[in-house]
Amino acid sequence: MKRLNQTFLIFLMAMMPLFAMAQIDGEFIKPRSGKFLLQNATVHTITNGVMENASVLIEGGKILQVGTSVSADGAEVIDCKGMVIYPGMIDGGTTLGLVEVSSVAETVDYAEIGNVTPNMQALTTVNPNSEAIPVTRVSGVTTVMAVPQGGLFPGTAALINLVGYTPDQMYAGAKAVVMNFPNSGRRGRWDRRSDEEIKKETEKALKDANDLWQKAKTYHELKAKGAELEYYPEMEQLAKVISGELPLMVEVNAAKDIQNAIKWMEDKDVKFFFSGVSEGWRVADELAEAGISVITGPVQALPTRQSDRYDTPYANAGKMSKAGVKVAIRTNEAENVRNLPFHAAYAAAYGMGKEEAWKAVTINAAEILGVADQLGSIEEGKIANLIVATEDPFETRAQIMHVFINGYRIPLSNRHIRLYQEFLERSPDLKAN
Amino acid sequence: MKKINYILTALLGLSMQFAFAQTPKGSVLIKNATVLTVTNGTLENTDVLVQDGLIKRIAPDISAPKGVETIDATGKYVMPGIIDAHSHVALDVVNEATNPIVAEVRMKDVVNPYEIGIYRALAGGVTISHAMHGSANVIGGQNATLKHRWGSTDPADIIMQDAPRTIKFALGENPTRVHGRGNGIQPRSRMGVEAILRNGFSEALQYKKAWESFEATKNEKGSTAVAPQYNERLQTLVDILDGKIIIHCHSYRADEIYMLINVARDFGIKKLVFQHTNEGFKVAPEIAEYTMGASVFADWWAYKFEVYYSTAFNAAILQKNGALTSINSDSAELIRHLYHEAGKTQRYGGLTDDEALAMITINPAKQLGIDDKVGSLEEGKQADIAIFEGHPLSTYAVPQMTFVDGVKYFDITKDKDDQRQRISATETVEPIYLGHENHRCMQDTEHLFETANALFHTQH
Repeated sequence: MKRLNQTFLIFLMAMMPLFAMAQIDGEFIKPRSGKFLLQNATVHTITNGVMENASVLIEGGKILQVGTSVSADGAEVIDCKGMVIYPGMIDGGTTLGLVEVSSVAETVDYAEIGNVTPNMQALTTVNPNSEAIPVTRVSGVTTVMAVPQGGLFPGTAALINLVGYTPDQMYAGAKAVVMNFPNSGRRGRWDRRSDEEIKKETEKALKDANDLWQKAKTYHELKAKGAELEYYPEMEQLAKVISGELPLMVEVNAAKDIQNAIKWMEDKDVKFFFSGVSEGWRVADELAEAGISVITGPVQALPTRQSDRYDTPYANAGKMSKAGVKVAIRTNEAENVRNLPFHAAYAAAYGMGKEEAWKAVTINAAEILGVADQLGSIEEGKIANLIVATEDPFETRAQIMHVFINGYRIPLSNRHIRLYQEFLERSPDLKAN
Repeated sequence: MKKINYILTALLGLSMQFAFAQTPKGSVLIKNATVLTVTNGTLENTDVLVQDGLIKRIAPDISAPKGVETIDATGKYVMPGIIDAHSHVALDVVNEATNPIVAEVRMKDVVNPYEIGIYRALAGGVTISHAMHGSANVIGGQNATLKHRWGSTDPADIIMQDAPRTIKFALGENPTRVHGRGNGIQPRSRMGVEAILRNGFSEALQYKKAWESFEATKNEKGSTAVAPQYNERLQTLVDILDGKIIIHCHSYRADEIYMLINVARDFGIKKLVFQHTNEGFKVAPEIAEYTMGASVFADWWAYKFEVYYSTAFNAAILQKNGALTSINSDSAELIRHLYHEAGKTQRYGGLTDDEALAMITINPAKQLGIDDKVGSLEEGKQADIAIFEGHPLSTYAVPQMTFVDGVKYFDITKDKDDQRQRISATETVEPIYLGHENHRCMQDTEHLFETANALFHTQH
């Protein structure tokens, strides 16, 4: 028996080099927290201008200090000479983490059965290990709104940071109840409903919305008075909008619908903002006058009407912003959220300007979602969501060199990069055939 | 009598000449630009002279010939018109999904010169698109190479008549879904796809042999040879085997790409381009060695299972392994900013400016067999030209003017508010489209998958 153990030990020793190799193969760089000093960069704070030769000190997940004379004080120093630092970008509307492969129904979790399901929680459905998350964050997008899709009230959206292994670790402190405002547009070329049918459906949906709103108000009032109510999760969730606990995220796109939505919200004393707003440029002044903020996009999209100028989707964000509307930009994507900086660049080039476009993917999104005290700019005390790049991260030729989310230094790897490493020079190559 | 015949013949000949000479050709002098020739480097402060639709000269300080308009392009970038090797723009119908092989159908028969997508592509600097049949069939229909001569009302005018024939093939999920799962016939699997290909080409060889033996014996004295029944489908496959048609094959996975390479080698087919090719990077050395390369998306992935194991570095890996690589749109939206899609090869793989620009100009031209005519700024080539404010690979670049055969079809300063060519009497006035079918590869097959489409997904 003892001898057997000895033999096994010797065998194990002999195997060591093999295990060592296996160890190297399986080596995994993990997100790492600690104290970091990002030194000597051009820091674009967004809210306090641009600082040359400045440094950012990070500890405990927060930005400790920003300035030109920050001492390392025991921090791990990362030389950022010649580079730029920006706050991590925020995508105000995505299905990231809610879908893995969109044509495989088993992996699609953003839409539930039913027209009124505000109690469906995007946050609990987010898959922290979605392949798309590491693919997204290396582009500099550090925070996204995960938004349920579907019926009139499809669910509750949640803001998540793209680091962590549980939804609670990822949660970035903002939720919103989603409403798809009754829509008079067509969903696509294959949508063959007649104008009459669309009108009828829209009117019915608006009546439903009114009835539901009334019901939610009643529910809220009764509850406030201490009534014992039957289990009614849909109303429970809608009542949180009535009470002001959660904002309403109103998805609305066609110009006429936007006007109707402005009118519909007029007498409702709740927190809300609009999303989508693809024809916002047609009614930009009305949006500005009503003081409604918008999360708009995608920017790289087709015009909504055949007759429209080809650049209307590119120019939309800028036109609303110029009219005085607070604008954030979204991709409305899942696996392509990494393109957010390019959507913002298009908005910048077609009238919005770089400065406003940067706000639209940082501080404006944070303000609209109610987390501007935590996210959206490089300021002392805020959460350390930062990106370091060789140049303007809106340019495709820029390389993102470092990403910090929640103070974690994020490994710049993902499946796309690993496949590049494996296949750039394949072994065996062609000759081994 | 005879004289009249001669005159009539001459007249007929002349009228045919007119028919071919109908497409407009322009002359223009573009002054003082940064000229991105793609094949001969970048030339600063250079002029480009276009006469009668052709590039006459590229040099500094050219003076304008009499009557030729001059455009001051100081501070602007001039590049070859962008070529999209995969598009469905200006097509009324995309799929003939009735049989695994429908080689006889032609996209030339369903070209719609009124489609606003043509103008939107021009506004993104795109002058040529490869209007393809869909991906419902293993061997689909024959594609049309279009020149974006916007404003013409004759479909024939926007077809590039001097481009070679190409045909659509498709492997993997789409043909197996349509035929195996939709109609209950082969192919249901990738095995079936290979069988359809090998059976089809073998039948075509028999057909060819039958005709050859008929042709060889029909003039013999007392010949009783009867001509085989003409079959357009098989004849088209014979034309592929004879190298008269370039295959453009919708494909994703490395195994199916490798399979088609082997089938092509077995049947002596050399004119083969892979489309989409998301896993092309895994067999990049084979693609480089045996084919005319791959035409890929810059970064699309994960929209279906067969593209889940993709990488945005695909184009760079293919390029660095020596495969001819282009970047395409397959989308009414992406076609509007292919210069930006090409720019992504710098984020994902660090390609040079010339390598990146080649992927939307000379490389797709080679894959379509038109690189002797277009795809770079060279004297003698057709004057398909785009002028940009800002370097076209910058995300802030804005296309300013686009020329086809020296004729200006897009000018940002003359862009109209209402961009339609005509108002249709039957279409709804101003329908508002909020969802976009980005990819139309599976258009016209929806009826087969009523339930699958319940969530309004477009299949690519």
